[in-house]
Amino acid sequence: MKKIILFFVIAINLLQAQGIKIKGSDTVLALSQEEAEAYNKKSKANVSVTGGGTGVGLAALVDGTTDIAAASRRIKLEEKMKLQEAGKKFKEVVIARDALSVIVHPSNKVSQLTREQLEGIFTGKITNWKEVGGEDLKIVVYSRETSSGTYEFFKEIVLLRKNFSSSVLAMPATGAIVQSVSQTKGAIGYIGIAYLEKTIKPIKVSFNQGKTYVEPSVKTAKAGTYPILRPLYYYYLAKDESKVKPFIDFILSAQGQALAVQGGYISAK
Amino acid sequence: MLKKYIEKAQIIILAASSMITTITIFLIVIFLFTYGLEFFSNSAVEKGFDIAVHSSNPVSKLSPTQVQQIFDQEFISWNAVGGSNDSLEILHMEDLAIHYTEEQIGLEFEHMGTCISDYLSNHPNAITIIPKANIDPSFHGKIIQVSNLQLKDIFTTSKWFPTSKPVALFGILPMILGTLLVSFGAIILALPLGIATAIYMAEIMKPSWRKFIKPTIELLAGIPSVVFGFFGLVVIVPIIKDVFQLEVGETALAGSVILAIMALPTIITITEDALKNVPNAVREASLSLGASKWQTILHVVIPFAKNGINTATVLGIGRAIGETMAVLMVTGNSAIIPHSFLQPVRTIPATIAAELGEVSFGGTHFQALFALGCILFLFSMSITLYVNYISRPKHKI
Repeated sequence: MKKIILFFVIAINLLQAQGIKIKGSDTVLALSQEEAEAYNKKSKANVSVTGGGTGVGLAALVDGTTDIAAASRRIKLEEKMKLQEAGKKFKEVVIARDALSVIVHPSNKVSQLTREQLEGIFTGKITNWKEVGGEDLKIVVYSRETSSGTYEFFKEIVLLRKNFSSSVLAMPATGAIVQSVSQTKGAIGYIGIAYLEKTIKPIKVSFNQGKTYVEPSVKTAKAGTYPILRPLYYYYLAKDESKVKPFIDFILSAQGQALAVQGGYISAK
Repeated sequence: MLKKYIEKAQIIILAASSMITTITIFLIVIFLFTYGLEFFSNSAVEKGFDIAVHSSNPVSKLSPTQVQQIFDQEFISWNAVGGSNDSLEILHMEDLAIHYTEEQIGLEFEHMGTCISDYLSNHPNAITIIPKANIDPSFHGKIIQVSNLQLKDIFTTSKWFPTSKPVALFGILPMILGTLLVSFGAIILALPLGIATAIYMAEIMKPSWRKFIKPTIELLAGIPSVVFGFFGLVVIVPIIKDVFQLEVGETALAGSVILAIMALPTIITITEDALKNVPNAVREASLSLGASKWQTILHVVIPFAKNGINTATVLGIGRAIGETMAVLMVTGNSAIIPHSFLQPVRTIPATIAAELGEVSFGGTHFQALFALGCILFLFSMSITLYVNYISRPKHKI
């Protein structure tokens, strides 16, 4: 059974044109496509990009069906070990960064929260807005699905790896969170800052027990004062370095990074 | 002579087609169950890892839920799990880099075991996770026995933390109940509406109108489910929120409404066909006995078409149970046991669709999603078997 699948995978791969293949995170997908398009035009190369998710991309890297795995989270230890078992050395490069903003309904009086308060809200210990200085209104927590890199990152940085409360509403996409928060009065959620709109209100956060609150913006993220900032990664095998390096160099060049900033991401450095 | 061969070839082609279809279906089912059943033989701790504590710690056994509660810092002290009164200290493997340099750990983590062992001997109240490969004879700590995933826990608990570390919890009860609740609601809404429409179309409506209405309803079946989902999120969810004065509009009811709309074409088309198949002689006989049109429909036509209406109902339920995208967008997907229609719920298809994309292949979570697929398959299969049962030809009249 597995052999038959393997055979088809190999056959499909042989049919594809030789070029750089990128597979992985849907968060990084838009950026990869922009970069690949510009690079293909510039140096007549053939870079092809597909999504599927971070886990899918890294699994493809282990199987050797992609040259670059795009990831919106760091490689997990078990994935690292799988690569090691397969005897493959890999390299990691940060191609851009993405800031996450905590958002609420525009009518909400609360405009700043500490990390501890956010932890309380997302783990279900704080359930009413009046506990954090707002009106007497139940908090409706919107989160992403457990499979999303955004979810993992928010869990690690804001909840310090604790689990989200079971009663949070898990939405399939960032767009759905924006839509739901904009139409639910007691809502709170988190999204990439590229998705900020007028229909929702971003919250200032404090990661030092309330001494200073920082608003989410490209400026504060770049200055390093905004704390909820995640790197976006490319993973590739060390033996493929000569093949993929020119493309990665292009992304990290001034032109490539400008494209990232245009797309609402934060530059890699 | 040639004609005979052509005929033979045609029969072979037909036989081959049906063989291919059957084999494909069997292969899919086997594939689903190979992965799905593997799930039940897994240990609760992440593959290749163990939970370790200091060798003097009196605790030696923990349930998966206890490990999750410890790592979620729901307990402060060891006495919550039957240990001493000392406070718990958690070492996440990623944090090892804070306590030890990269050289000490080794570039390929080859000395990780030594570092963890060293950390444990200095921190008597620590609990940590350790890769099995790094446990060597010199390891000082004590390995905690964590019980395996048990059928009972999977089917009766309500914690769905598939990516939680180091122990993932797979309580699928909320999903099973959520799926049943949403489908049940959908059928309660769709059935009266669908059957009423079908009766009106088949028995009362003018043929010229029918020519227009029927294609419109069939068009409904052609709309992609993601469009229904988006319509639900933007239109139905806010309406439900306002009408019932709720804090949140993403509820089981929203899912039921969307599914009802999606199941309507199936129910209407099949019911209408069943009603149209009732011989005119039966109607005429009833009318000639002096029954009114309504009496004829209620007491003669509907009982005659009962089998078809049953089939329509069950196929409608089947459509509702398996629907993914629309439900994913409007039900809120909270993995909690639902108590009413006005609460967020999570369904099995929505869970599979949302989580399969980023799951690490072959892992416990991956298998858990296949196991969910198996359960869904069993649901749908029993529905199909039931359809076969109720629509079997009856010889008695």
